[in-house]
Amino acid sequence: MSDPAPDQARAAWQEAYDATKLRDVPFETMSGVPVEPLYGDGPYPGQYPYTRGLHAAGYRSRLWTMRMFAGFGTAEDTNARFKELLRAGGGGLSTAFDMPTLMGRDSDHDWALGEVGHCGVAVDTLADMEDLFADIDLSSVSTSMTINGPAAMIMAMYIAVGEKTGVERSQLAGTIQNDILKEYQAQKEYIFPPRPSMRIVTDMMKFTSTEMPKWHPISISGYHIREAGSNAAQELAFTLANGFAYVEAAVAAGLDIDDFAPRLSFFFNSHSDFFEEIGKFRAARRIWARWMKERYGAKDPRSMMMKFHTQTAGVSLTAQQAEINIGRVAIQALAGALGGTQSLHTDAYDEAMALPTEDAARIALRTQQIVAHETGVTNVVDPLGGAPFVEWMTDEMERRAEDIFAHLLDIGNDSILEGAYAGIDDGYFVGEIADAAYRFEREVNEGKRIIVGVNEFTEGDSGERNLLRIGAEVEEYQLKRLNDVKQRRDSDAVTRVLTQLKTEAVDPEINLMPTMIEAVKTFATEGEIVASLEEVFGTYVEKVFL
Amino acid sequence: MSLRGLPPADIFDKALGGERRALGRLITFVERDAAEAETVAELAHERAGNAHVIGITGAPGSGKSTLTGQLVKLLGEAGKRAAVLAVDPSSPLTGGAILGDRVRMEDVASPDTFIRSMATRGHQGGLSLAVPGVVRLLDATGYDPIVIETVGVGQVEVDIAGTADTTVVVATPGMGDSVQANKAGLLELADLFVVNKADRPGAKDVRRDLDLMLDLSHVSGQDQRTGMRPEIIMTTALSGEGAPEMWDAIERHRTAITANGQLEARRVNRDIDEVRNRLMADLESRVDLMLAGQSLAGVAEVLDAVAARSLSPTAAATQLAARIKDL
Amino acid sequence: MSDASTSDPQIRVVLAKLGFDGHDRGIKIVARILRDAGMEVIFLGLRQSYKNVVNAVEQEDADAVGLSMHNASHMTLAPKMVDALAEAGLEVPVIVGGIVPDEDIDPLMKTGVAAILGPGASAEEVAQTVRDAVAVVRGSSPQA
Repeated sequence: MSDPAPDQARAAWQEAYDATKLRDVPFETMSGVPVEPLYGDGPYPGQYPYTRGLHAAGYRSRLWTMRMFAGFGTAEDTNARFKELLRAGGGGLSTAFDMPTLMGRDSDHDWALGEVGHCGVAVDTLADMEDLFADIDLSSVSTSMTINGPAAMIMAMYIAVGEKTGVERSQLAGTIQNDILKEYQAQKEYIFPPRPSMRIVTDMMKFTSTEMPKWHPISISGYHIREAGSNAAQELAFTLANGFAYVEAAVAAGLDIDDFAPRLSFFFNSHSDFFEEIGKFRAARRIWARWMKERYGAKDPRSMMMKFHTQTAGVSLTAQQAEINIGRVAIQALAGALGGTQSLHTDAYDEAMALPTEDAARIALRTQQIVAHETGVTNVVDPLGGAPFVEWMTDEMERRAEDIFAHLLDIGNDSILEGAYAGIDDGYFVGEIADAAYRFEREVNEGKRIIVGVNEFTEGDSGERNLLRIGAEVEEYQLKRLNDVKQRRDSDAVTRVLTQLKTEAVDPEINLMPTMIEAVKTFATEGEIVASLEEVFGTYVEKVFL
Repeated sequence: MSLRGLPPADIFDKALGGERRALGRLITFVERDAAEAETVAELAHERAGNAHVIGITGAPGSGKSTLTGQLVKLLGEAGKRAAVLAVDPSSPLTGGAILGDRVRMEDVASPDTFIRSMATRGHQGGLSLAVPGVVRLLDATGYDPIVIETVGVGQVEVDIAGTADTTVVVATPGMGDSVQANKAGLLELADLFVVNKADRPGAKDVRRDLDLMLDLSHVSGQDQRTGMRPEIIMTTALSGEGAPEMWDAIERHRTAITANGQLEARRVNRDIDEVRNRLMADLESRVDLMLAGQSLAGVAEVLDAVAARSLSPTAAATQLAARIKDL
Repeated sequence: MSDASTSDPQIRVVLAKLGFDGHDRGIKIVARILRDAGMEVIFLGLRQSYKNVVNAVEQEDADAVGLSMHNASHMTLAPKMVDALAEAGLEVPVIVGGIVPDEDIDPLMKTGVAAILGPGASAEEVAQTVRDAVAVVRGSSPQA
């Protein structure tokens, strides 16, 4: 595909723009000044390499999805919160799971004590998943599930709920995070070692390729990498590298790149340095497009178009003078919008200390609604494009990312996938992240970097917090529920299907998803399924690199 | 019941009885060269001399900790009661250290394995003094074999690995190890070479380079300590591949040096080295006191003369050396 | 009986995270802070059991245990750690670092935790808290 002459490119952009159905709002400033959809020259939004955005009309046709994370307590509690958010105007459901669930353990595990329902919803069996989505029509919502190690089991449960409520799997829309590589690098919610985990991921990619066209099987995440302490360039590079690694794995597993790449999506952090973040987002699109086309040979433009969800930086929230976090979140949300994100979660101001209260969650949603409806930034596509600083920052982010890719190709013998395995193995990723985190901490400690309310401007901290407490009733309820389900199910069926699963796990050629779905339908618990697979795959133990 | 206030002999008895807390405390005494250390040393000396001491050293990133973990796992499965002394560098600036080797081994080690982390600067008297004392303690309380794992960057760490009965040097592809091995004198010290990460490209090259160097040193007449040519074992520590072969090679080495009397000779040398190291450490602290003007009269005048350039350092040293007998 | 050093003997601290929590940014920073303050850190890291920590304290003759907690599980996990150490006859202070809401501070201290460090603690505060906690235990008898 050669670059069309500039006039041709603009004409192509114009054509695409004219063919787009726009939102029915006046595209003018608050004072009534009409504004153009686009200023400046190429590259054009909606055209390779998509630096200025994926679509010709940007937010003029559709705003980003306001996807607010929810999940705490019992499945019933979360179900109620879901319904509230849908009523309040949120467009997508986003689920957080509790620690035992995230780690592939049941609520009655030794270490589950004190954690059940605390940082998300507890899901032990299909019964909990049914409660979670009770009275919600799965064909009319888009659901995002934030889980990684046991992603296959949870996705299997969602599919089973669909089946039981008359929704075909081909109609299910949403995302499952399922980004296992970043677990070894940052979030540490791994179960099995890297290579068997990658097999499960490729099984899910193959399965969704043929059976679930509306489902995004991986949300390749930089958010956690950033939260763990990396800088912006590392977040960008490690995330994209992980993306490339999944591409290489899927292709090696026999998939055609254009069969799955369009359904890959990304998840970035939006931190406080405004222009760095915007440069990062734009560079991300450009790098992904270029690599997919030039290195991996993608033909379908949708394979080159990087879609991403953004969450404002949890790690930037302070417990001191928590209300001022609302300001931080607003600026970070604005950066996401100016970076062209497809969906956005804004943090609640009280999240530095605990899960958000209802009020705080509502304020967070309202914050991004202000950005969307009051600021006018959505009237123009990539409004900062062409600004010298912004273009320089975009180039600089790209340059730094390329340096990191070069290193991974070096240690991976010209394969990013092997480079990822090698980097996990020799502590490259965790070392870089720990160094960056420590550097930042020192700067704050020495007063070189000001964090308002923490090392400067500390007057005004009331010290009072109205925190969300998860009572012990949640744990009691969940344990009872788990027990009931175990009593009522057919134990023989459970044993049979788990044995079947173990047999299939040994053979890398067999896709584990169908049997996984059968397993959850017998009400085998998440912990039981995970334990069965651990027998075959082993358990991952991290090495200490400091 | 607290160990506090207990005489060292009582703590020693507890350690003999299997109380690991007591053993941990005794090791601290030795590490710090505390007042109790001499009593402890005597008690340990009476009972020591049985354990096979294995030194494992390699550059950072060579995977030696993982390898040690695999070795320890094998030993546990073979019913042995092993101990590991994991030595890591202290920060030269602050004297502190982060010791992370323990956790790599804990998951694979049997509950009987005793693991102690040591920092290179964590104590009085220097590492070369503390390690023999700790090894003797572990030996005396019945641990066998005893593995000393060091990072082979400093000469001291390399030397310590070299004081073992069997010294294993770990190399990996892509780290220019063959050059490093030559530099630090590791070639002379190694009784066994392990090429780890054998599944990576370049592993065979490392093996070949080591073979070449061993051939050369043989030709040039450089004495290996035992007259035996060190074996080279390929391992992939992460999967455990090659670990049984490594253990077999260690056993073969031990059998050989027991048979030809080398083991005894090494242990005698080790003990005499320890005497020498202690004497030198003692001498060094006396010289320091002397130069600080805190022990003998007239020293300050000599140093002043050096500062005023009326006396050369050589002459000054000759003068003061004559007074060493007074220290 | 004093030992050969003229200053306080070097402090050895075991750092661990109990349970499932995978946030290790804080504990890694604390490890470096304590190293920079001249202490020896026996870094156990993530997903440690009470047994692992007890074993480490015994074999390493540690002077203190540092637990990093971010998951609102401090009220269950920390007191159990205190008890496990006491049961093994180990007199070491347990210091909890991380997210502990103000209203939990007193109740947590009453369970036997020696000190609590909040998210805003400076490097100096962290190091001094450890030194103070260790001094309390060491000072209660003439022998170190």
